[in-house]
Amino acid sequence: MRDNTRPLSPHLQVYRPQITSILSILHRMTGVTLALAALLLTYWLASAAYGPEAFGRAQVLLESWFGRLVLFGFTFSLFYHMCNGIRHLGWDMLWGFDMPRLRITGAIVVITSLSLTVLSWLMAYGHVGKL
Amino acid sequence: MINTPQQKRVLQSKLGRVRGLGSTREGVHHWWAQRMSAVALLPLSLWFVYSLITLTGSDYGTFHAWASEFGNSVFLVLLVVTMFHHTQLGLQVVIEDYVHSEIWKMGMLLLVKYGSVLFAASAIFAVLKISIAG
Repeated sequence: MRDNTRPLSPHLQVYRPQITSILSILHRMTGVTLALAALLLTYWLASAAYGPEAFGRAQVLLESWFGRLVLFGFTFSLFYHMCNGIRHLGWDMLWGFDMPRLRITGAIVVITSLSLTVLSWLMAYGHVGKL
Repeated sequence: MINTPQQKRVLQSKLGRVRGLGSTREGVHHWWAQRMSAVALLPLSLWFVYSLITLTGSDYGTFHAWASEFGNSVFLVLLVVTMFHHTQLGLQVVIEDYVHSEIWKMGMLLLVKYGSVLFAASAIFAVLKISIAG
């Protein structure tokens, strides 16, 4: 019988937070967040399949301030997970494991994902303005 | 060359010994599938975000016309399939890492695996219905 009282990994709370560990857990957190985004995408597509009324209800929900807040969070989660995912693919090819590169690529990931998030929303609002 | 007594007795080939390693005997399959779906999701996600930007503020008719276009329908289905495949692979690892009770772990894994298939099927059917049935 397995002893469930023994310590099990990962011990997030016993280590001093560092840029490497914070970005690492953020990758997981954004990944789980994106799973929720996938459910919302399914609801959105299904509402369009149901017809104009259902789609209209979904659009009202998504266009509310709360809906926009959630979508903004999903946008950042996607760009962060994507950028840090590219960083992961670099590690998979044994590139970028040394501390200086870990720090610089980490900083690039944070700046790029924030920029792409803001840029996307500016473009979206710009597009609405044109309508 | 390692010459452990155990190795001398094993007649299995090196390839045979490497295949199916790991606690679940699945070898690198999970790892590889996660990477392949990730690479495929790069262009698909960028296409999707760009599409959403251009669709911002559209009514039902505009969205319907966009989703009915052949290329867009194909990319939507590809996005949904790859996205849910990648999602369930990732959530599986998170559950295996953090949920230590066997019953809860098994229950949540089943929920994630079956749930991903259910939602993927629903999303694909929605795209097909918009595209074909109108």
